[in-house]
Amino acid sequence: MAQVFRERANLFMRLGLLGLAILPGSLGLLGFSYYRSSAYTGVGRYVEQPVPFSHRHHAGELGIDCRYCHTGVEKAAFADLPPTETCMTCHSQIWTNAAMLAPVRKSLADNRPLRWQRVTSLPDYVYFDHSVHVSNGVGCSSCHGDVAAMPLMAKAEPMTMGWCLDCHRDPAAKLRPEEAIFDMRWQPPADQPAKGRALLAHYGTRAEHLTDCSVCHR
Amino acid sequence: MSAVAAPLHVEANASPPRLLPPDATYGEVTDIVASGMERRFGRVWWIALGVSLVGTIVMLASIWTLLSEGIGVWGNNAIAVWGFDVGNYVWWIGIGNAGTLISSMLLLTRQRWRAAINRYAEAMTLFAAALAGLYPLLHLGRPWYAYWLAPYPNTMDLWPQWRSPLVWDMVAIASYLIFSALFWYTGLIPDFATLRDRSRGFRQVVYGVLALGWQGSSRQWKHYKSFYTAMAALGVPLVVSLHSVVGLDYAATLMPGWQETIFPPYFVVGAMFSGFAMVVTLTVPIRWGLGLQRVITAEHLDAMGKFILFGALVMGLSYALEWFNAWYGGNDVERDLVLFQFTGAHAWLYWTMLACNCAVPQLLWWPAARRSAALLLATSVAVNIGMWLERLLINIDTLTHGHLPARWGFYVPTVWDWTLFGGSLSLFTLLFLLFTRFVPAVSIHELRELARQEGAAR
Repeated sequence: MAQVFRERANLFMRLGLLGLAILPGSLGLLGFSYYRSSAYTGVGRYVEQPVPFSHRHHAGELGIDCRYCHTGVEKAAFADLPPTETCMTCHSQIWTNAAMLAPVRKSLADNRPLRWQRVTSLPDYVYFDHSVHVSNGVGCSSCHGDVAAMPLMAKAEPMTMGWCLDCHRDPAAKLRPEEAIFDMRWQPPADQPAKGRALLAHYGTRAEHLTDCSVCHR
Repeated sequence: MSAVAAPLHVEANASPPRLLPPDATYGEVTDIVASGMERRFGRVWWIALGVSLVGTIVMLASIWTLLSEGIGVWGNNAIAVWGFDVGNYVWWIGIGNAGTLISSMLLLTRQRWRAAINRYAEAMTLFAAALAGLYPLLHLGRPWYAYWLAPYPNTMDLWPQWRSPLVWDMVAIASYLIFSALFWYTGLIPDFATLRDRSRGFRQVVYGVLALGWQGSSRQWKHYKSFYTAMAALGVPLVVSLHSVVGLDYAATLMPGWQETIFPPYFVVGAMFSGFAMVVTLTVPIRWGLGLQRVITAEHLDAMGKFILFGALVMGLSYALEWFNAWYGGNDVERDLVLFQFTGAHAWLYWTMLACNCAVPQLLWWPAARRSAALLLATSVAVNIGMWLERLLINIDTLTHGHLPARWGFYVPTVWDWTLFGGSLSLFTLLFLLFTRFVPAVSIHELRELARQEGAAR
């Protein structure tokens, strides 16, 4: 009886079986890498704004305190974006005719707020609260990076749930004293483990409850 | 050694009934099965195919409605959160359990009559288990998030809740489906080779690829036998664990009528019982449609009838134990639930279930009833209906009559429940009709082995 297949068919069959084994694994690995890469999380991505506001200039070179513009950060869930009037406390006096600031003047004249674009966005089912972090030893730069060095605002951290849990499972590693909260260049000191434990007690934080679902989700 | 020493075991099968025609050769046995699928299929097959195709389209429409409108189109409500969806899942997975259980247990216990029924019993398993898997997916409401049940390394650092029986369920069904498909396919390899050698052209190439280069050499048979037996040995505990997990879906809750230690074994027996009944329900038309009366004999019907009778007895005992434990446990809620089962809103269904599962199979004490295709078919259809009622009542009786009288309610299936269930029966039939057309419904190589064992082969 004649052969049904040529000899080469064996090769194709084996390649096919190999592919069946490799393909799902590779797809899994691809997904695993993609959802952790900055292509997906947006880490380091600059966001186009109506006015190219420079945090490096204002917070870094001029040394304006974060809370001058983000007034709610110690008291409320939302850190607040400044109204146009806050910009105008200075820019009604200096750079009054700068072309770059035309949208700010128009906003004031039309009584319409500037439409700042979000850089860090969390899903709606995450009830993040700025005040509870800032008043319990978590500094701005722990999540937002060294803002004072950023000409345009870029996302500094992936803001995935796993990233949140890194701290919520081990808060002592990142806690700071009150005077260092707004320090953009703060780095953990050598004795951070001991200091962190002392700070947990100081702030009265019950670390064992920080991973309860209802801490972030309702 | 004394010549009068008692034999170690009684040779009950010293002259077992013959299962094949007296002088069947390998070629004849092959022809009986292969000609059944190679000849032109009659009008009945085409009509059945058309009807089941229409039913399948109705099922797709029902699923489409469910996905676009939401779970609210079903009869499920805030009290009866599990209705047709979970009941039908348990019914189908029970049927899906039996094929592999029957096939591997009979192989391990060397029951010769297995050769004629194992192939389509395994196909039944595969189709039923796949349909069973469909129900929990749809029950999720948003099936596209089903992967949340799987432990995959996500950026949320979230892991499934391993204490939840629903997660065990997902793992159990998935492993079972993979196993059943592999077990079925392994058994088919030598038969695909037979079909390859019998056919020409395109069919030959397709069967040739499926046969994976099978030549039937002694070396291949040696590997094949050890692999197949090892799979069967793996299969039995897998089946038992699968249906135990289904039982634990209920037993791990706190509801009356569910929180019982008897549930895992009770579910395994129920699955074997309903599955064997479905095998018989399929045997009768397959035997007639493919002209297999010479290889699926009255002896086979007789043996399967005994299994159904045994299953009915164990089920009866299980029901009695449930009633006894409700009384003996002294829990008012449990006692009240048993009373509700017998006298409440669904009492007529409960009585029908008891009649179908326990009373009707008593007919099979008579050998003549076991050997009559019509009577056996009637009994097995009754058992199928009875077991379906049991799966449904487990859900709705407990949920509509739980701990809090304020949360006693009612469950009425809607048209979308019925179309999904009817549609899944149609899809099952459709797959089975296609199976009989393209795959040997009876294992050819195991029939040849049987022919050799019966000593008539040349």
